[in-house]
Amino acid sequence: MQPQYIGASTIVLEVLWRFWPVWVALFIVMGASFLYKKKLALYGQLFDSGVGMTGVFICLFWLFTAIFASTISPFDPLGQIPIMKDTLPGAIEPQSGLVYLFGGDKLARDVFSRMVYGSQIVLIIAPAATGFALMVGITLGLPAGYYGGKIDSILSFLANLVLAFPVILLFYLLVTPGIMDTPIPYGLAGVFFLFPIIFFCVLFWTRYKNRPDRIYILLGLTLVIGGWIYLGLVFDRDPLHIVHIDPNQLNIFVAVVFASSPGVFRIVRGLTMDIKTRDYVAAAQTRGESPWYIMLWEILPNARGPLIVDACLRIGYTTILLGTLGYFGLGLAPESPDWGTAIKDASRLLRSFIHPALPPTIALMSFVLGLNLLADSLREQSMKD
Amino acid sequence: MLSFIIRRIGTILLTMLCLTLVVFFLVNLEPNLKKLAISQTEMHTSAEQLESWLVNHGYRQNFFVRYGQWLGIMPKQPITDPATGTTTQRFSFCNDPVVPTFSGVIEGDFGCSTKFKTTVAAKLFPALGATGILMLCVLGVMVPVSLLIGILAGMREGSRTDRVLSVASIASTATPEYVSGVIFTVIFASWLGWLNGSAASASQGITFYNFTLPVITLAIYGIGYIARMTRASMVEVMTQQYIRTARLKGLSFRSVVVKHALRNALIAPFTVIMLQFPWLLTGVVIVEVMFRYQGFGYTLVEAAGNNDIDLLLGCSLVSVFIVLITQLISDVGYAFLNPRIRVQ
Repeated sequence: MQPQYIGASTIVLEVLWRFWPVWVALFIVMGASFLYKKKLALYGQLFDSGVGMTGVFICLFWLFTAIFASTISPFDPLGQIPIMKDTLPGAIEPQSGLVYLFGGDKLARDVFSRMVYGSQIVLIIAPAATGFALMVGITLGLPAGYYGGKIDSILSFLANLVLAFPVILLFYLLVTPGIMDTPIPYGLAGVFFLFPIIFFCVLFWTRYKNRPDRIYILLGLTLVIGGWIYLGLVFDRDPLHIVHIDPNQLNIFVAVVFASSPGVFRIVRGLTMDIKTRDYVAAAQTRGESPWYIMLWEILPNARGPLIVDACLRIGYTTILLGTLGYFGLGLAPESPDWGTAIKDASRLLRSFIHPALPPTIALMSFVLGLNLLADSLREQSMKD
Repeated sequence: MLSFIIRRIGTILLTMLCLTLVVFFLVNLEPNLKKLAISQTEMHTSAEQLESWLVNHGYRQNFFVRYGQWLGIMPKQPITDPATGTTTQRFSFCNDPVVPTFSGVIEGDFGCSTKFKTTVAAKLFPALGATGILMLCVLGVMVPVSLLIGILAGMREGSRTDRVLSVASIASTATPEYVSGVIFTVIFASWLGWLNGSAASASQGITFYNFTLPVITLAIYGIGYIARMTRASMVEVMTQQYIRTARLKGLSFRSVVVKHALRNALIAPFTVIMLQFPWLLTGVVIVEVMFRYQGFGYTLVEAAGNNDIDLLLGCSLVSVFIVLITQLISDVGYAFLNPRIRVQ
């Protein structure tokens, strides 16, 4: 029995209709941002240029797609309906009457639903990994740039060591099924996830150490929340069973943080070396502020512009890295709907069917493009000041 | 200058030593050795047989002893039969010695590939040659195109050409190789049928038909980045006083760009192009796997997938060397091109 098909224009309309929660959310957020852009500082200035607005639009589109994935996608991303194997776009599934909008892949899964669910994986791992890489890079880059000397030489040597590794070799060594039997990923995770806790503790301590009413609350909160997440992520021993991460996802996460934190380190180090010669740093030194206070409360806020731009670019780069991992079949489960794995599966069969290959490639490309446009426009805006 | 280069080469050697030690540690993790033993012995071997294979082939010696053997500062041991005391070669397909010999990287012996059943040198160097041809073609496309785009965009900042080219280069940096490879294959191989979607036949002879897709796929990711750097440098040069002077002197815009601006604007992109090599290395792996081209990247993936210890170490040595040496060339070349910079 052959499935029935709907026409090309109906497919387009149906796809647009499927995304309705995204359009509503986009309309509200973009409209509100546009109306109040004068009050929104740097974010508001993005709405002054076409490039910036396009960037925000694409990024928000994928963000809302990830949030509303279960509403948007008509089918289960892992569900197989044998009759729909290798069907072309627009095939109607006879049981439910719903449509395989972008066709079915070789395992008879809905390409559209897989693309939509793939955004969830990317939008959780990429920003989170970038966040951790930023924390590690900042916590190590500030002292390296500020003190110089031995600390700088040792840390820079280590950073260059990691940077000299071709990324793909690093992934082949760090993200293998075998390595999860060894304590290495957990050890690395234990080290990396410690950095945010250290960072926030030092941040609050240097600022509020003479104000006991604040310091104990802030430090306590940091330690409780940080420790809770730490237990859940590294040891999988969350007492409340809320924070949980699969061992193979932890492995990917650690590898991505490991690969991108030396880049952040280098940027932060360079910025610190530049900013520490300014007058306000000299003033703080004369006031007798502690070195860490100067680093975290004088230098870091003044380095935020380039860091925000770099973070945007880095999320895009991390997305590409995740895709590379998926493309080589490293780490993620073979049936995982993420874009890299989907591209790998589809590209093997390009000779016979091309439709399963296009949605994930275009999705990945558009998301990275959105982030790059955003970064470009942020850079331009910060140059104006 | 000379002492600078010597110091840098010292750092490079130290880095290579550290990195190979890390790689050596990772490939010798217990699960990886098990994988190797299983792939090297017959089907359905018992755990004891796997263990005895590992012991026999010297994989159970002390970690540092084995690293020393690979490096060439410890003698490599042949297999000794405990009953008779006769010695046999470790791997017969590599002409391994039957008496303990110093034969490591320092002596020029890169070891033995367990996957391809030959010496690492016999596998790695032809692969590097093949990748070298690919790289040359890529650079031949990438450098002129990206410089041209960058110069055209940066010549008149803010013009329509500038905007269009800038967005195009941002788009190209947002397109990793596995995305552009798929899209190009769909367009040029599946729809139009102009080009071949596989470069497997390129090992016999390179033709426009089978080699174009890998080359443009690899080039496109780098083009955007280099073009943006060239544009930034061009924009900066065009605001300089000497450009205004040349214009006021009555020279045409064309000759100002070609004679005065271009030479100064091309210094920064030189560094960027050199530093692009590490990225190309990752791209090479993806493209060679995607288009089935038997080069360095393909070898690396095969080595990593089968935990071929010596071959993987050889691959990492080569890639780390390329990364570091291009950094050195870019630093030294920058000082030559821009006399205001003096290396200390």
